[in-house]
Amino acid sequence: MNLSTRYLGLELSHPFMPGASPLVDNLDEVKRLEDAGASAIVMHSLFEEQIEREAMFEERHMDVHEHSFAEATTYRPNPSDFVLEPDQYLEYLRRIKETVSIPVIGSLNGTHTGGWIRYADLIQQAGADALEINVYFLPAAAVEDANHDVESRTLDIVKAVRDEVSIPTAVKLSPFFSSLPRFARELDGLGIDGLVLFNRFYQPDIDIERLEIVPRLELSTSAELLLRIRWLAALYGQINASLAVTGGVHTREDAIKAIMAGAGAVQVVSALLRNGSGYLRMLIDGTREWLEENEYDSLQQMQGSMSLKNCPNPEAFERVNYLKTLQVWRA
Amino acid sequence: MIDGNEAAASVAYRLSEVIAIYPITPSTPMAELSDEWSARGKPNLWGNLPEVVEMQSEGGAAGALHGALQGGALATTFTASQGLLLMIPNMYKIAGELTPFCMHVTARSLATHALSIFGDHSDVMACRQTGFALLASASVQEAQDLACIAHTATLESRVPFLHFFDGFRTSHEIAKVELLADEVLREMVDDSGVEAHRRRALSPDHPVIRGTAQNPDTYFQAREAVNGYYRDLPDRVQAVMDRFAGLTGRQYRLFEYHGPADAERVIVCMASAAETAVETSSWLNAQGEKTGVVKVHLYRPFSARHLLEALPDSVRAVAVLDRTKEPGSGGEPLYLDVVAALRESGVERFRAERLKMIGGRYGLGSKDFTPAMTKAVFDELKKDEPQNGFTVGITDDVTGTSLPFDRGFSVDRPEVRRAVFFGLGSDGTVGANKNSIKIIGEHTDNHAQAYFVYDSKKAGAITISHLRFGPEPIREPYQIDNAQFVACHQFDFLDKYDVLGYAATGATLLLNVPGDADRVWERLSPAIRGQIVEKGLKLYAIDAYRIAREQNMGARINTIMQVCFFALSDILPPDEAIARIKESIEKTYGRKGRAVVERNFAVVDAARAALHAVPVPDSPLGDEIERVAVPEEAPEFVKRLTSVLLAGKGDLLPVSAFPVDGTWPTGTAKWEKRNLAPAIPVWDADICIQCNKCVMVCPHAAIRAKFYEPALAENAPETFKATEFRSRDFPGMNYTLQVAPEDCTGCELCVHVCPAKDKAEPKHKAINMAPQAPLRDAERENYRFFLELPSPDRAALKQDVKHIQFLEPLFEYSGACAGCGETPYVKLLTQLFGDRLMIANATGCSSIYGGNLPTTPYTVNGNGRGPAWANSLFEDNAEFGLGLRLAVDKMADIAQRSLRALAPRLGDSLVEEILSAPQSDEALIAAQRKRVDALRQKLKTLPDGKEARTLAFLADYLVRKSVWSVGGDGWAYDIGYGGLDHVLASGRDLNILVLDTEVYSNTGGQCSKSTPLSASAKFSSKGKDLPKKDLGLIALTYGSVYVASVAMGAKDAQTTRAFLEAESFPGPSLILAYSHCIAHGITMHRGMDEQKLAVDSGSWKLYRFDPRRIAQDQLPLQLDSPAPRIPLSDYLTQQLRFRTLEQSDPERFRELRRKAGESVKAGRSLFETLAGFPFKSGNGNGGTEK
Repeated sequence: MNLSTRYLGLELSHPFMPGASPLVDNLDEVKRLEDAGASAIVMHSLFEEQIEREAMFEERHMDVHEHSFAEATTYRPNPSDFVLEPDQYLEYLRRIKETVSIPVIGSLNGTHTGGWIRYADLIQQAGADALEINVYFLPAAAVEDANHDVESRTLDIVKAVRDEVSIPTAVKLSPFFSSLPRFARELDGLGIDGLVLFNRFYQPDIDIERLEIVPRLELSTSAELLLRIRWLAALYGQINASLAVTGGVHTREDAIKAIMAGAGAVQVVSALLRNGSGYLRMLIDGTREWLEENEYDSLQQMQGSMSLKNCPNPEAFERVNYLKTLQVWRA
Repeated sequence: MIDGNEAAASVAYRLSEVIAIYPITPSTPMAELSDEWSARGKPNLWGNLPEVVEMQSEGGAAGALHGALQGGALATTFTASQGLLLMIPNMYKIAGELTPFCMHVTARSLATHALSIFGDHSDVMACRQTGFALLASASVQEAQDLACIAHTATLESRVPFLHFFDGFRTSHEIAKVELLADEVLREMVDDSGVEAHRRRALSPDHPVIRGTAQNPDTYFQAREAVNGYYRDLPDRVQAVMDRFAGLTGRQYRLFEYHGPADAERVIVCMASAAETAVETSSWLNAQGEKTGVVKVHLYRPFSARHLLEALPDSVRAVAVLDRTKEPGSGGEPLYLDVVAALRESGVERFRAERLKMIGGRYGLGSKDFTPAMTKAVFDELKKDEPQNGFTVGITDDVTGTSLPFDRGFSVDRPEVRRAVFFGLGSDGTVGANKNSIKIIGEHTDNHAQAYFVYDSKKAGAITISHLRFGPEPIREPYQIDNAQFVACHQFDFLDKYDVLGYAATGATLLLNVPGDADRVWERLSPAIRGQIVEKGLKLYAIDAYRIAREQNMGARINTIMQVCFFALSDILPPDEAIARIKESIEKTYGRKGRAVVERNFAVVDAARAALHAVPVPDSPLGDEIERVAVPEEAPEFVKRLTSVLLAGKGDLLPVSAFPVDGTWPTGTAKWEKRNLAPAIPVWDADICIQCNKCVMVCPHAAIRAKFYEPALAENAPETFKATEFRSRDFPGMNYTLQVAPEDCTGCELCVHVCPAKDKAEPKHKAINMAPQAPLRDAERENYRFFLELPSPDRAALKQDVKHIQFLEPLFEYSGACAGCGETPYVKLLTQLFGDRLMIANATGCSSIYGGNLPTTPYTVNGNGRGPAWANSLFEDNAEFGLGLRLAVDKMADIAQRSLRALAPRLGDSLVEEILSAPQSDEALIAAQRKRVDALRQKLKTLPDGKEARTLAFLADYLVRKSVWSVGGDGWAYDIGYGGLDHVLASGRDLNILVLDTEVYSNTGGQCSKSTPLSASAKFSSKGKDLPKKDLGLIALTYGSVYVASVAMGAKDAQTTRAFLEAESFPGPSLILAYSHCIAHGITMHRGMDEQKLAVDSGSWKLYRFDPRRIAQDQLPLQLDSPAPRIPLSDYLTQQLRFRTLEQSDPERFRELRRKAGESVKAGRSLFETLAGFPFKSGNGNGGTEK
């Protein structure tokens, strides 16, 4: 069975890959993922804040103590050995490239245009085959500057990164845009090569005893897939960029649904964290078996088959169905 | 552009194979550089990598070196002062065995009446009898060149060398030097000397025996057998110097004469003073005088022949200057050597009637040696009967030794540009100046020199930078006092220090002025305006903080002020200067990422535009009253002496002003109001739950709580806050939490630890930071009022955290870093036991913030009682504490005997009560004090007699004293461990508090045996790969020692309990206290959170081992921290010391983290097992309560 797919202009043997996560934090694990059949490796994100803060931390908290006191003009070993996290990221990317033969996709996460964007080029120089830009931010203030609304800021960032690199570029989005199809078309217009749907929203929790906000990240469930299927189905065939799904793929059935809705790539994180890297192999094999059992010619044949464009009952994606669903639930 | 330390180390490193080190100021940078080079894989001259080994003490380093040399390696070390003293026994051995070896010493004072980290020759002079050759360098260039000559000569002569230069003055001066290339070293060092050294090595392949014991028939002759080597050495060294001259053009001589052939008056001296003397002599000769200088390079062996050859025939008077003091001798060592050489020469012109000779002391403890002082000495030589045994540089109004000198005298060359900068350590001034001098030295034809004067306080430290540059080499190793450019980077310094005193007439004055820089004139005090007008200064101002703020750079104004300096000083064309600054920004900050570089670029561009020229009117205006250094109510001693030191005028004080024996009053820190905090905590009484945790963690005792009768607050200042005291034990009382606005350092530890939050707006806590300036005056009055409120009855307070924090701290406003992790423990110690506390303090951070003048933090309570504090050495602090204990016990014993003897007359019941009263807690102590008071009253009624007088004198010893040895992990784990172990085994009632920062904090964060696995520190920059020594575990195996491990930020109640238990235990006690530190690379206001993470992750255990429990059939070890509840990495990733490795070598980090995890688990499991072990078979001291 031919499972091959095209994602970000890359010819992949099948759509399954680990999504951006700590999964790839050590080389042994990366190797295990390749052995489990991953068609590509997506690096964890390098954050704009990391790039800036890491540099400023030393400046703010270490340098202020130096050259103050006769007995000790410094307090740490010579910093030439100290590699900033962003540079370490690049070095690690280089080593992953040396370790595996599958494509490696770098990942950058930021909310402003600025100096950090040059890391896109550095990621390219370090050997990344493609780059995923994760533009995730929280417009917390009630009124955003009209000229700097979420969409135009995102477009600015994407454009800046596109200008910086020649490798294929994907944009990873959150689901919270007022008109996703229009926005996706605008991104498409910038020449991006793929859209990744969706960023799993970082949702901090509240400690009610200590009155503090505490960071929290839960693993996804299959239930989260439905939102993604809806938008994959809506966007498939509407834009040139290829589509990837991330968030909520836990079983081969989940994956098949996403591909039917239009995904050219399936990124898996929670399922691998829960079941180990070897689970990727089960998803690939399971999908192959399913395709064979159901007498598909290839995976290509299935991709987008249930998109808004191709499905037999597109109205089910629309408001009418919403109404119906609510009524059924009430009954 | 390098400093003296780097100059010497660069040669020593390239010519060595084994480098045994131990940190000691001011030599530490040489060891650090060697370690850094080795870590980076830099090879030595022969292509192999020097092995750099940190030892537990300089004594240990010397032993290791002796062994390495016997093993045939080329070895070196770097040390100073007490460290050099610890090496002396091995120096005799190394010399006695004729071993080629060269060590490099930054000559430093010895601890006598006081410790001094600064420079003189006391340490080196204590080695002149060891058999080492002593070779002195006078400048940074010489420190490099003579290092090479010393290493070469030792290989050729077999006599070991001690190469030295002046601590700080040369070791820390940055100068433009001609560097020695590897090729020169290769030409200099003869490999046959190396081979010969190797052939003599101990080896089972050609065995010999060394270190025999010799009998009377042998020892003497065998000792004399070395004579030929010493006889030949001066000529050999001169030959090496000549060869060096052939290669480099720089000719050195054993005794270098500088001056005309017809000089009549000559000064003989060595090291940096010789440079000053030569400069001054040339200046005087240009005025028609006939003077000269002999600069001594090779001091041992002392070659009389070479000295005689150096002196001109015309000489009629000689003054020999020694930078050391030898009380009770006929003269200082160099003087005696010169006298002996000249008088014994038999040369007619050196006979007493033809040649006047005097000797004197100068420059002890880095007292600046200036041209004015040199001139005073030359002038003295004009007299018919010049004074011998003089001092110069001070006013000795007690024994009259001092030569008067004219402070205004100067030999400043007009072509030399001089600039002085006043800054804060934290604003980056020194770093910027180091950078500027590099730009000038490397990008112009100018020679340049930089020297930096630092503060003795760590928080809010002031720095003074002295920069010189000019077309000729700079040979002025003394501070600048008439600069053509003076910059004051902190506006309030103008009133605190005599900044303008450094300015020459017509100089440029640059001020950093917060706010409107245009209107600076109105904000200057009349005195300052007067000086500006009188000296005709050109005034410029900038608001550098505004620019820094706009670029999100906090208080780092370094680059901004640097741009202003270049803009005003006209050394480089403005555009080139800017380009160079940007280049160096790129170099310095490039590593830290683009963001930092861009921010610095932005301030460079903003700085030029924001610099204003301020018009200076013809006459000063205004009638403001000048500020005084200390308040009117300060004690006489503080007004007379301390205030002068605080004003930076200590050099002017005469000998008679000072205590003769190093004994100073305590409680002086309170008179120095430093006003460091930009923001201070403000109390919201409505939200406060009165837990007093903020009071407990405050490192500077600058936030305090009291409860009191409401009536007492009737006349309180208007803004004084109070609320009802929430306490069942003390109903109807008021409670106040008060900040000391002028003593707070603004560290925010208190705010971070505050658990009380506004329910509706949780970001608002019971204390919140607010700008200090608008609050200062009102809060100063509130604090004054607060201090006058009565302190509670100590005996009536519960011994929990909340109530103990009502106890008066007798350690306040120290010079420790803002947010220090050590001082909260020290403060707690004084709260609990302060009025009967004796502290033996190991050298280190705690001795510096505890005892460095001008002001000290230990203080007294209302009865005049408080901690008595002394620092002996670094290495002997446990023993020193034990000695105090023995003495106190002896005094108590004598008092008790007298008491018994007088019992029939005093009344048996009182005597019996006093002798048998338990004194294990505050209430019992208070009862005993009452008895002793009664005893004193009774004694007054007795007829005068010896026994009664003895008892009256010693009666206070009947109240139990609490004796503590306090120090850091460098002391307890490393250099003082042997003594500490012995004291633990002594069974005596000594308490030991280890302020464990897991590095040598005071010298800049070097690795100790307490450094945890995977942490990077200096001397283990690649991450420590062995676990932290478990000192607590070692101690508790005795079974007779009280041992506790505490971390205030994790469990303050456990800390308090441990202190109380340790103190009450009638044998040795050891408390290991986790202390966060700036060397950890943390955000300091999170210090207490770091402590909690350390405990929660299992990295730091909390426990108490109490031998008393054994006798009570209880398990002695109580584990007070639960099993780890967060992953170890949650703790490690918070601190740069761990992150460094994660980022520089992630694989090694993972491996070490894995080992660290295993080590934490194993340690935990061992302690869990021990917690179930009864220790019955141990040497259980079933001690009863005291």
